[in-house]
Amino acid sequence: MFSALYTYASPQAFYPLAGRMIPWFASAAVLFAAAGLYVGFFVAPTDATQGEAYRIIFLHVPAAWMSMFIYLVMAGWAGLGLVLNTRLSGMMASALAPTGAMFTFLALWSGALWGRPTWGTYWVWDARLTSELILLFLYLGFIALKEAIEDPRRADRASAILALVGVVNVPIIYFSVQWWNTLHQGASVSLTAAPKMAATMLAGMLLMVLAAWMYSIAVSLARVRAIILERERDAAWVREAVA
Amino acid sequence: MNWGSFAEFVAMGGYAPFVWGSYGVAALCIAGEIALVLRRIKKIRRATVRVASA
Repeated sequence: MFSALYTYASPQAFYPLAGRMIPWFASAAVLFAAAGLYVGFFVAPTDATQGEAYRIIFLHVPAAWMSMFIYLVMAGWAGLGLVLNTRLSGMMASALAPTGAMFTFLALWSGALWGRPTWGTYWVWDARLTSELILLFLYLGFIALKEAIEDPRRADRASAILALVGVVNVPIIYFSVQWWNTLHQGASVSLTAAPKMAATMLAGMLLMVLAAWMYSIAVSLARVRAIILERERDAAWVREAVA
Repeated sequence: MNWGSFAEFVAMGGYAPFVWGSYGVAALCIAGEIALVLRRIKKIRRATVRVASA
């Protein structure tokens, strides 16, 4: 197993593998999204207190979960690159950052549009919302730092340190609703307790989470292929691969 | 089924701007991200082919 990992840790070997995986993850994303939207809009009932406004949940929760999870994976790759000095690690971290930033923005955006009808405000400086905004700045800082340093290997190392320091923010986001008195509600779904929502609502949400996962993998693999070509453009195999 | 008509579905119980504002912007972001990635791949492939054939 480890020998396979080492084989695919080279950009040259990973490039075609990623290309073969993209159609599968992209198709799965489309199927899960179609099923999730169908359940979310046509099967799940109207919420007793929030009316139809609650249907934002099928977008908001997957986006918020992905925003945190992608950050952890990105920091994991960045850290691996720092320790093992593997070329592919920094490329993977670079490929994940824009998608993570997009999901962070969508979590904030859909949260604002959900907050207005239910809380009476688009934005409050409470712990959950503020720490999620900091996450967006961490992603943007990571991307900007990479862009600012000319030598890609040096850019990988510098941005890896930023990514690793920023990891501390993820548990702060996750536990903010317990640690502080926030306007944002507590967790509706956890591993240790029964979900506090109707079964069809939960099903729709989990389908959308799966769609977000599959989409993130597909689009990151496509982006890492572009990054591999950009960074290895002088290698003979790249010229053969695109010919 | 939650909706008596298409108009009812669009109205979202009076929350249309919030619900469709969320999903609409999400659709734009995703479509934009896909377009940017595809353009990036196309650009670097073209540049690489140019160098290889030069």
